[in-house]
Amino acid sequence: MSLAKRIIPCLDIKDGQTVKGIRFEQPRHAGDPAELAEMYARQGADELVLLDITATHEGRATFTGLVHRVAEVLDIPFTVGGGIGSVAQVEALLRAGADKVSINSAAVRRPELIDELARTFGSQCIVLAIDACPHADGYWYVYLNGGRIATPQRAPDWAREAADRGAGEILLTSMAHDGVKTGFALDLTREIATSIPIPVIASGGAGRPEHFLDVFTAGMADAALAASVFHFGEIPVPALKKYLYSHGISIRIEQNSCN
Amino acid sequence: MSLAIVKYNAGNIRSVQFALQRLGVEALWTDEPAALRAADKVIFPGVGEASSAMQYLRERGLDAVLRGLRQPVLGICLGLQLFCRHSEEGDTSCLGIFDVEVRRFRSPGLKVPHIGWNTLSNLRGPLFEGVEDGNFMYFVHSFYAEMHPDMVAQTDYGVPFSAALQRENFFAVQFHPEKSGETSQRILKNFLKL
Repeated sequence: MSLAKRIIPCLDIKDGQTVKGIRFEQPRHAGDPAELAEMYARQGADELVLLDITATHEGRATFTGLVHRVAEVLDIPFTVGGGIGSVAQVEALLRAGADKVSINSAAVRRPELIDELARTFGSQCIVLAIDACPHADGYWYVYLNGGRIATPQRAPDWAREAADRGAGEILLTSMAHDGVKTGFALDLTREIATSIPIPVIASGGAGRPEHFLDVFTAGMADAALAASVFHFGEIPVPALKKYLYSHGISIRIEQNSCN
Repeated sequence: MSLAIVKYNAGNIRSVQFALQRLGVEALWTDEPAALRAADKVIFPGVGEASSAMQYLRERGLDAVLRGLRQPVLGICLGLQLFCRHSEEGDTSCLGIFDVEVRRFRSPGLKVPHIGWNTLSNLRGPLFEGVEDGNFMYFVHSFYAEMHPDMVAQTDYGVPFSAALQRENFFAVQFHPEKSGETSQRILKNFLKL
Protein backbone atom coordinates (compact mmCIF):
# COMPACT_ATOMS: atom_id res chain seq x y z
CA MET A 1 0.00 0.00 0.00
CA SER A 2 1.14 3.53 -0.64
CA LEU A 3 -0.08 7.07 -0.88
CA ALA A 4 -2.82 7.23 -3.52
CA LYS A 5 -2.66 9.43 -6.61
CA ARG A 6 -5.42 11.99 -6.30
CA ILE A 7 -8.22 12.78 -8.75
CA ILE A 8 -9.37 16.36 -8.31
CA PRO A 9 -12.38 17.86 -10.09
CA CYS A 10 -12.07 21.61 -10.40
CA LEU A 11 -15.09 23.86 -10.22
CA ASP A 12 -14.42 27.12 -12.00
CA ILE A 13 -16.82 29.58 -10.42
CA LYS A 14 -18.31 32.75 -11.80
CA ASP A 15 -21.16 34.57 -10.08
CA GLY A 16 -21.75 31.55 -7.85
CA GLN A 17 -22.08 29.12 -10.76
CA THR A 18 -19.70 26.52 -12.14
CA VAL A 19 -18.27 27.27 -15.55
CA LYS A 20 -15.53 25.84 -17.68
CA GLY A 21 -13.73 27.77 -20.38
CA ILE A 22 -12.14 26.43 -23.51
CA ARG A 23 -8.56 27.72 -23.42
CA PHE A 24 -9.53 30.22 -20.72
CA GLU A 25 -12.25 31.75 -22.95
CA GLN A 26 -16.01 31.42 -23.44
CA PRO A 27 -17.22 29.97 -20.14
CA ARG A 28 -20.33 27.83 -20.25
CA HIS A 29 -22.49 26.83 -17.32
CA ALA A 30 -22.29 23.46 -15.59
CA GLY A 31 -24.27 23.64 -12.38
CA ASP A 32 -24.51 24.65 -8.74
CA PRO A 33 -21.11 24.38 -7.00
CA ALA A 34 -22.28 23.00 -3.63
CA GLU A 35 -24.45 20.39 -5.33
CA LEU A 36 -21.63 19.39 -7.68
CA ALA A 37 -19.16 19.27 -4.79
CA GLU A 38 -21.29 16.84 -2.84
CA MET A 39 -21.86 14.70 -5.92
CA TYR A 40 -18.14 14.47 -6.59
CA ALA A 41 -17.44 13.47 -2.99
CA ARG A 42 -20.00 10.67 -3.28
CA GLN A 43 -18.44 9.53 -6.55
CA GLY A 44 -15.04 9.17 -4.92
CA ALA A 45 -13.25 12.39 -5.88
CA ASP A 46 -10.22 12.72 -3.60
CA GLU A 47 -10.30 16.49 -3.30
CA LEU A 48 -11.96 19.46 -4.95
CA VAL A 49 -10.72 22.82 -6.12
CA LEU A 50 -13.01 25.85 -6.32
CA LEU A 51 -11.52 28.58 -8.45
CA ASP A 52 -13.09 32.00 -8.67
CA ILE A 53 -11.99 32.52 -12.26
CA THR A 54 -13.00 36.11 -12.61
CA ALA A 55 -11.64 37.37 -9.31
CA THR A 56 -8.25 38.57 -10.49
CA HIS A 57 -9.50 40.07 -13.69
CA GLU A 58 -12.36 42.05 -12.26
CA GLY A 59 -10.90 42.56 -8.83
CA ARG A 60 -13.94 40.87 -7.39
CA ALA A 61 -13.85 39.79 -3.75
CA THR A 62 -13.60 36.05 -3.20
CA PHE A 63 -16.62 33.97 -2.57
CA THR A 64 -16.62 33.35 1.14
CA GLY A 65 -20.32 32.58 1.39
CA LEU A 66 -20.10 29.82 -1.18
CA VAL A 67 -17.02 28.41 0.54
CA HIS A 68 -18.96 28.18 3.79
CA ARG A 69 -21.87 26.45 2.06
CA VAL A 70 -19.55 23.90 0.44
CA ALA A 71 -17.65 23.29 3.69
CA GLU A 72 -20.87 22.44 5.51
CA VAL A 73 -21.76 19.62 3.13
CA LEU A 74 -18.40 18.33 1.96
CA ASP A 75 -16.54 15.52 3.76
CA ILE A 76 -13.41 15.61 1.58
CA PRO A 77 -10.77 18.36 1.48
CA PHE A 78 -11.13 21.33 -0.82
CA THR A 79 -8.93 24.14 -2.01
CA VAL A 80 -10.15 27.60 -2.95
CA GLY A 81 -8.44 30.11 -5.18
CA GLY A 82 -8.86 33.07 -7.44
CA GLY A 83 -7.66 36.58 -6.76
CA ILE A 84 -6.17 35.83 -3.35
CA GLY A 85 -3.52 38.36 -2.41
CA SER A 86 -3.37 38.84 1.34
CA VAL A 87 -3.04 37.08 4.66
CA ALA A 88 -6.42 38.51 5.69
CA GLN A 89 -8.16 37.02 2.65
CA VAL A 90 -6.66 33.62 3.34
CA GLU A 91 -7.70 33.80 6.97
CA ALA A 92 -11.30 34.56 5.96
CA LEU A 93 -11.40 31.65 3.50
CA LEU A 94 -9.90 29.16 5.95
CA ARG A 95 -12.29 30.40 8.62
CA ALA A 96 -15.19 29.85 6.20
CA GLY A 97 -14.12 26.22 6.03
CA ALA A 98 -11.66 25.89 3.14
CA ASP A 99 -8.88 23.38 3.80
CA LYS A 100 -6.32 25.02 1.53
CA VAL A 101 -5.97 28.12 -0.58
CA SER A 102 -4.31 28.45 -3.92
CA ILE A 103 -2.47 31.61 -4.82
CA ASN A 104 -1.24 32.62 -8.24
CA SER A 105 -0.71 36.11 -9.68
CA ALA A 106 -0.25 37.86 -6.33
CA ALA A 107 2.61 35.50 -5.41
CA VAL A 108 4.39 36.16 -8.70
CA ARG A 109 4.11 39.90 -8.12
CA ARG A 110 5.22 39.58 -4.50
CA PRO A 111 6.86 36.21 -3.75
CA GLU A 112 7.18 37.02 -0.03
CA LEU A 113 3.44 36.39 0.18
CA ILE A 114 4.21 32.65 0.07
CA ASP A 115 6.56 32.95 3.07
CA GLU A 116 4.01 34.98 5.02
CA LEU A 117 1.17 32.56 4.34
CA ALA A 118 3.26 29.47 5.07
CA ARG A 119 4.47 31.00 8.33
CA THR A 120 1.00 32.08 9.41
CA PHE A 121 -1.10 29.08 8.35
CA GLY A 122 1.43 26.30 7.64
CA SER A 123 2.70 25.03 4.29
CA GLN A 124 0.08 22.30 4.22
CA CYS A 125 -2.68 24.74 3.28
CA ILE A 126 -0.76 26.83 0.74
CA VAL A 127 -1.06 25.70 -2.87
CA LEU A 128 0.89 27.69 -5.44
CA ALA A 129 -0.89 27.72 -8.81
CA ILE A 130 1.19 28.24 -11.93
CA ASP A 131 -0.32 28.95 -15.35
CA ALA A 132 2.39 28.11 -17.88
CA CYS A 133 2.73 28.40 -21.63
CA PRO A 134 5.63 27.38 -23.90
CA HIS A 135 7.41 30.03 -25.95
CA ALA A 136 9.28 29.73 -29.22
CA ASP A 137 12.57 29.33 -27.32
CA GLY A 138 11.33 25.96 -26.04
CA TYR A 139 10.93 27.04 -22.40
CA TRP A 140 7.72 27.28 -20.38
CA TYR A 141 6.89 30.70 -18.94
CA VAL A 142 4.64 31.81 -16.11
CA TYR A 143 1.48 33.77 -16.98
CA LEU A 144 -0.62 36.02 -14.77
CA ASN A 145 -4.28 36.97 -14.41
CA GLY A 146 -5.83 33.80 -15.77
CA GLY A 147 -3.36 33.59 -18.63
CA ARG A 148 -3.66 37.16 -19.84
CA ILE A 149 -0.20 38.52 -18.97
CA ALA A 150 3.13 36.87 -19.81
CA THR A 151 6.10 37.13 -17.45
CA PRO A 152 9.80 36.54 -18.12
CA GLN A 153 9.88 33.86 -15.40
CA ARG A 154 10.32 30.20 -16.37
CA ALA A 155 7.80 27.85 -14.77
CA PRO A 156 10.27 25.28 -13.30
CA ASP A 157 12.32 28.05 -11.66
CA TRP A 158 9.22 29.59 -10.12
CA ALA A 159 8.02 26.21 -8.84
CA ARG A 160 11.38 25.63 -7.14
CA GLU A 161 11.39 29.09 -5.57
CA ALA A 162 7.82 28.64 -4.34
CA ALA A 163 8.71 25.31 -2.72
CA ASP A 164 11.72 26.95 -1.04
CA ARG A 165 9.51 29.74 0.25
CA GLY A 166 7.12 27.29 1.87
CA ALA A 167 4.39 26.38 -0.62
CA GLY A 168 2.92 22.98 0.25
CA GLU A 169 1.88 21.95 -3.26
CA ILE A 170 2.14 23.15 -6.85
CA LEU A 171 -0.95 23.26 -9.06
CA LEU A 172 0.53 23.31 -12.53
CA THR A 173 -1.73 24.28 -15.44
CA SER A 174 -0.58 24.12 -19.02
CA MET A 175 -2.44 26.86 -20.86
CA ALA A 176 -1.43 25.24 -24.12
CA HIS A 177 -3.34 22.10 -23.12
CA ASP A 178 -6.19 23.55 -21.07
CA GLY A 179 -9.60 22.77 -22.54
CA VAL A 180 -8.11 21.06 -25.60
CA LYS A 181 -8.47 17.49 -24.25
CA THR A 182 -5.39 16.06 -25.93
CA GLY A 183 -3.57 15.11 -22.73
CA PHE A 184 -1.55 16.83 -20.00
CA ALA A 185 1.79 18.58 -20.51
CA LEU A 186 3.81 15.50 -19.58
CA ASP A 187 7.35 16.82 -20.04
CA LEU A 188 6.78 19.98 -18.04
CA THR A 189 4.92 18.09 -15.31
CA ARG A 190 7.70 15.52 -15.00
CA GLU A 191 10.41 18.16 -15.00
CA ILE A 192 8.78 19.99 -12.09
CA ALA A 193 7.51 16.93 -10.20
CA THR A 194 10.97 15.37 -10.13
CA SER A 195 12.87 18.53 -9.24
CA ILE A 196 10.96 19.82 -6.21
CA PRO A 197 10.26 18.15 -2.85
CA ILE A 198 6.52 18.95 -2.70
CA PRO A 199 3.54 17.36 -4.50
CA VAL A 200 2.55 18.50 -7.98
CA ILE A 201 -1.06 18.60 -9.19
CA ALA A 202 -1.19 18.47 -12.99
CA SER A 203 -3.92 20.41 -14.74
CA GLY A 204 -5.00 21.17 -18.28
CA GLY A 205 -5.62 18.78 -21.13
CA ALA A 206 -7.54 15.81 -19.71
CA GLY A 207 -9.79 14.31 -22.36
CA ARG A 208 -9.53 10.54 -21.94
CA PRO A 209 -8.72 8.15 -19.07
CA GLU A 210 -5.36 7.36 -20.72
CA HIS A 211 -4.33 10.97 -20.22
CA PHE A 212 -4.61 10.52 -16.45
CA LEU A 213 -2.62 7.29 -16.63
CA ASP A 214 0.07 9.10 -18.63
CA VAL A 215 0.34 12.02 -16.23
CA PHE A 216 0.75 9.67 -13.24
CA THR A 217 3.34 7.48 -14.99
CA ALA A 218 5.27 9.50 -17.59
CA GLY A 219 4.37 12.83 -15.97
CA MET A 220 5.05 11.61 -12.40
CA ALA A 221 2.30 13.87 -11.05
CA ASP A 222 1.01 13.33 -7.52
CA ALA A 223 -2.51 14.41 -8.43
CA ALA A 224 -4.45 15.31 -11.55
CA LEU A 225 -7.08 18.00 -11.89
CA ALA A 226 -9.75 18.38 -14.54
CA ALA A 227 -13.07 20.13 -14.97
CA SER A 228 -15.19 19.72 -18.08
CA VAL A 229 -14.60 15.97 -18.58
CA PHE A 230 -16.09 15.49 -15.13
CA HIS A 231 -18.82 18.17 -15.23
CA PHE A 232 -20.28 16.97 -18.50
CA GLY A 233 -20.02 13.30 -17.55
CA GLU A 234 -17.56 12.48 -20.31
CA ILE A 235 -15.36 10.65 -17.79
CA PRO A 236 -17.21 9.55 -14.64
CA VAL A 237 -14.89 9.66 -11.60
CA PRO A 238 -15.67 6.05 -10.51
CA ALA A 239 -14.92 4.68 -13.99
CA LEU A 240 -11.69 6.68 -14.17
CA LYS A 241 -10.51 5.40 -10.81
CA LYS A 242 -11.30 1.82 -11.75
CA TYR A 243 -9.38 2.24 -14.97
CA LEU A 244 -6.33 3.67 -13.20
CA TYR A 245 -6.47 1.00 -10.49
CA SER A 246 -6.60 -1.74 -13.11
CA HIS A 247 -3.48 -0.24 -14.68
CA GLY A 248 -1.52 -0.51 -11.46
CA ILE A 249 -1.85 3.07 -10.21
CA SER A 250 -2.24 3.50 -6.46
CA ILE A 251 -5.78 4.86 -6.25
CA ARG A 252 -8.32 5.20 -3.45
CA ILE A 253 -11.26 2.98 -4.18
CA GLU A 254 -13.74 2.47 -1.36
CA GLN A 255 -16.58 0.05 -1.80
CA ASN A 256 -19.18 2.59 -0.80
CA SER A 257 -17.84 5.49 -2.88
CA CYS A 258 -17.03 3.71 -6.14
CA ASN A 259 -19.65 1.19 -7.10
CA MET B 1 -24.14 14.35 25.46
CA SER B 2 -21.93 17.44 25.60
CA LEU B 3 -18.92 17.81 23.38
CA ALA B 4 -16.18 20.42 23.67
CA ILE B 5 -13.61 21.39 21.07
CA VAL B 6 -10.43 22.83 22.53
CA LYS B 7 -9.99 26.44 21.41
CA TYR B 8 -6.38 27.38 20.81
CA ASN B 9 -4.19 29.02 18.20
CA ALA B 10 -4.31 26.20 15.67
CA GLY B 11 -6.32 26.39 12.49
CA ASN B 12 -8.91 24.28 10.78
CA ILE B 13 -11.43 23.64 13.50
CA ARG B 14 -14.35 24.54 11.23
CA SER B 15 -14.14 21.29 9.32
CA VAL B 16 -14.41 19.37 12.60
CA GLN B 17 -17.44 21.42 13.63
CA PHE B 18 -19.11 20.86 10.26
CA ALA B 19 -18.42 17.12 10.36
CA LEU B 20 -19.99 16.91 13.81
CA GLN B 21 -22.96 18.95 12.58
CA ARG B 22 -23.48 16.40 9.81
CA LEU B 23 -23.66 13.77 12.56
CA GLY B 24 -26.21 15.91 14.39
CA VAL B 25 -23.86 16.97 17.21
CA GLU B 26 -23.35 20.57 18.30
CA ALA B 27 -19.97 21.17 19.90
CA LEU B 28 -18.88 23.90 22.27
CA TRP B 29 -15.65 25.63 21.16
CA THR B 30 -13.93 26.69 24.36
CA ASP B 31 -10.68 27.23 26.23
CA GLU B 32 -12.37 27.44 29.65
CA PRO B 33 -10.86 24.76 31.94
CA ALA B 34 -14.17 24.22 33.74
CA ALA B 35 -16.09 23.77 30.49
CA LEU B 36 -13.50 21.35 29.16
CA ARG B 37 -13.52 19.31 32.36
CA ALA B 38 -17.34 19.22 32.42
CA ALA B 39 -17.80 18.04 28.80
CA ASP B 40 -18.68 14.38 28.18
CA LYS B 41 -16.14 14.28 25.37
CA VAL B 42 -13.36 16.56 24.22
CA ILE B 43 -11.88 16.95 20.74
CA PHE B 44 -8.43 18.50 20.32
CA PRO B 45 -8.06 19.24 16.59
CA GLY B 46 -5.59 21.38 14.82
CA VAL B 47 -3.34 22.14 11.95
CA GLY B 48 -0.40 24.30 12.79
CA GLU B 49 3.06 24.45 14.26
CA ALA B 50 3.95 22.49 17.41
CA SER B 51 6.07 24.93 19.42
CA SER B 52 3.74 27.93 19.09
CA ALA B 53 0.75 25.71 19.89
CA MET B 54 2.43 24.30 23.02
CA GLN B 55 3.48 27.78 24.13
CA TYR B 56 -0.10 28.97 23.76
CA LEU B 57 -1.43 26.01 25.78
CA ARG B 58 1.18 26.48 28.57
CA GLU B 59 0.57 30.21 28.90
CA ARG B 60 -3.08 29.49 29.61
CA GLY B 61 -2.54 26.44 31.80
CA LEU B 62 -4.36 24.31 29.24
CA ASP B 63 -1.52 21.78 29.12
CA ALA B 64 -2.31 20.64 32.67
CA VAL B 65 -6.06 20.77 32.00
CA LEU B 66 -5.72 18.52 28.94
CA ARG B 67 -3.44 16.06 30.72
CA GLY B 68 -5.89 15.81 33.61
CA LEU B 69 -9.01 15.05 31.54
CA ARG B 70 -10.77 11.81 32.49
CA GLN B 71 -13.45 11.61 29.78
CA PRO B 72 -12.74 10.34 26.23
CA VAL B 73 -10.47 12.81 24.40
CA LEU B 74 -9.72 12.72 20.67
CA GLY B 75 -6.65 14.47 19.29
CA ILE B 76 -6.57 15.08 15.54
CA CYS B 77 -3.49 15.74 13.38
CA LEU B 78 -1.40 18.29 15.31
CA GLY B 79 -3.50 17.22 18.30
CA LEU B 80 -1.99 13.74 18.09
CA GLN B 81 1.52 15.15 17.88
CA LEU B 82 0.97 17.43 20.88
CA PHE B 83 -0.22 14.43 22.91
CA CYS B 84 3.23 12.87 22.38
CA ARG B 85 6.36 13.37 24.49
CA HIS B 86 8.45 15.52 22.19
CA SER B 87 8.36 16.84 18.62
CA GLU B 88 11.26 17.61 16.32
CA GLU B 89 9.17 20.51 15.06
CA GLY B 90 10.68 23.45 16.93
CA ASP B 91 12.36 20.97 19.35
CA THR B 92 9.16 21.05 21.39
CA SER B 93 8.33 19.33 24.66
CA CYS B 94 4.74 18.21 24.27
CA LEU B 95 2.05 16.93 26.64
CA GLY B 96 3.59 13.48 27.15
CA ILE B 97 0.34 11.53 27.24
CA PHE B 98 1.94 9.09 24.80
CA ASP B 99 5.62 8.32 25.39
CA VAL B 100 6.30 8.78 21.70
CA GLU B 101 8.76 10.88 19.70
CA VAL B 102 7.45 12.97 16.76
CA ARG B 103 9.89 13.13 13.84
CA ARG B 104 10.07 14.82 10.47
CA PHE B 105 9.67 12.71 7.31
CA ARG B 106 13.08 12.69 5.69
CA SER B 107 13.42 9.55 3.57
CA PRO B 108 15.28 10.32 0.33
CA GLY B 109 12.98 11.22 -2.56
CA LEU B 110 9.91 11.47 -0.34
CA LYS B 111 7.63 14.44 -0.90
CA VAL B 112 6.89 16.39 2.26
CA PRO B 113 4.22 17.21 3.42
CA HIS B 114 2.61 13.78 3.22
CA ILE B 115 -0.58 14.99 1.50
CA GLY B 116 -3.41 12.78 0.38
CA TRP B 117 -5.14 9.47 0.95
CA ASN B 118 -3.23 6.61 2.49
CA THR B 119 -4.25 3.29 3.98
CA LEU B 120 -4.56 2.08 7.56
CA SER B 121 -3.32 -1.26 8.85
CA ASN B 122 -2.90 -3.06 12.20
CA LEU B 123 -6.20 -1.62 13.41
CA ARG B 124 -7.37 -2.30 16.95
CA GLY B 125 -9.51 -0.76 19.65
CA PRO B 126 -13.00 0.75 19.81
CA LEU B 127 -12.21 3.73 17.56
CA PHE B 128 -11.79 1.45 14.55
CA GLU B 129 -14.77 -0.81 15.01
CA GLY B 130 -16.22 -1.44 11.55
CA VAL B 131 -13.16 0.07 9.85
CA GLU B 132 -11.02 -2.31 7.84
CA ASP B 133 -7.34 -2.68 7.08
CA GLY B 134 -6.77 -1.01 3.73
CA ASN B 135 -9.36 1.73 4.26
CA PHE B 136 -8.10 5.12 3.09
CA MET B 137 -7.84 8.24 5.23
CA TYR B 138 -6.82 11.78 4.34
CA PHE B 139 -3.45 12.92 5.72
CA VAL B 140 -1.73 16.32 5.64
CA HIS B 141 1.42 16.49 7.73
CA SER B 142 5.21 16.79 7.69
CA PHE B 143 5.89 15.22 11.09
CA TYR B 144 4.87 11.77 12.29
CA ALA B 145 4.60 9.83 15.54
CA GLU B 146 6.90 6.82 15.73
CA MET B 147 5.62 3.29 16.14
CA HIS B 148 4.80 2.48 19.77
CA PRO B 149 2.88 -0.11 21.83
CA ASP B 150 0.05 2.47 22.16
CA MET B 151 -0.35 2.44 18.37
CA VAL B 152 -3.85 1.39 17.29
CA ALA B 153 -3.47 2.08 13.53
CA GLN B 154 -0.43 2.11 11.28
CA THR B 155 0.29 3.89 8.01
CA ASP B 156 3.41 3.74 5.83
CA TYR B 157 4.97 6.71 4.08
CA GLY B 158 8.65 6.03 3.54
CA VAL B 159 8.59 4.75 7.11
CA PRO B 160 5.85 2.99 9.07
CA PHE B 161 4.33 5.35 11.64
CA SER B 162 1.50 5.61 14.16
CA ALA B 163 -1.62 6.76 12.31
CA ALA B 164 -3.51 6.46 15.60
CA LEU B 165 -2.63 6.06 19.27
CA GLN B 166 -4.69 5.19 22.32
CA ARG B 167 -3.91 5.09 26.01
CA GLU B 168 -6.75 4.84 28.50
CA ASN B 169 -9.20 7.69 27.72
CA PHE B 170 -6.85 9.41 25.26
CA PHE B 171 -7.36 8.72 21.56
CA ALA B 172 -5.48 10.39 18.73
CA VAL B 173 -5.41 10.15 14.96
CA GLN B 174 -2.90 11.67 12.55
CA PHE B 175 -5.33 11.69 9.63
CA HIS B 176 -8.45 13.84 9.32
CA PRO B 177 -11.57 11.83 10.18
CA GLU B 178 -13.61 14.96 9.45
CA LYS B 179 -12.32 15.06 5.88
CA SER B 180 -11.94 11.42 4.91
CA GLY B 181 -15.26 10.66 3.29
CA GLU B 182 -17.94 8.25 4.40
CA THR B 183 -15.68 5.57 5.89
CA SER B 184 -14.14 7.98 8.31
CA GLN B 185 -17.51 9.14 9.61
CA ARG B 186 -17.49 5.75 11.25
CA ILE B 187 -14.49 6.75 13.34
CA LEU B 188 -16.14 9.94 14.58
CA LYS B 189 -19.32 7.98 15.33
CA ASN B 190 -17.29 5.38 17.24
CA PHE B 191 -15.71 8.14 19.31
CA LEU B 192 -19.09 9.74 20.03
CA LYS B 193 -20.37 6.32 21.16
CA LEU B 194 -17.60 5.73 23.73
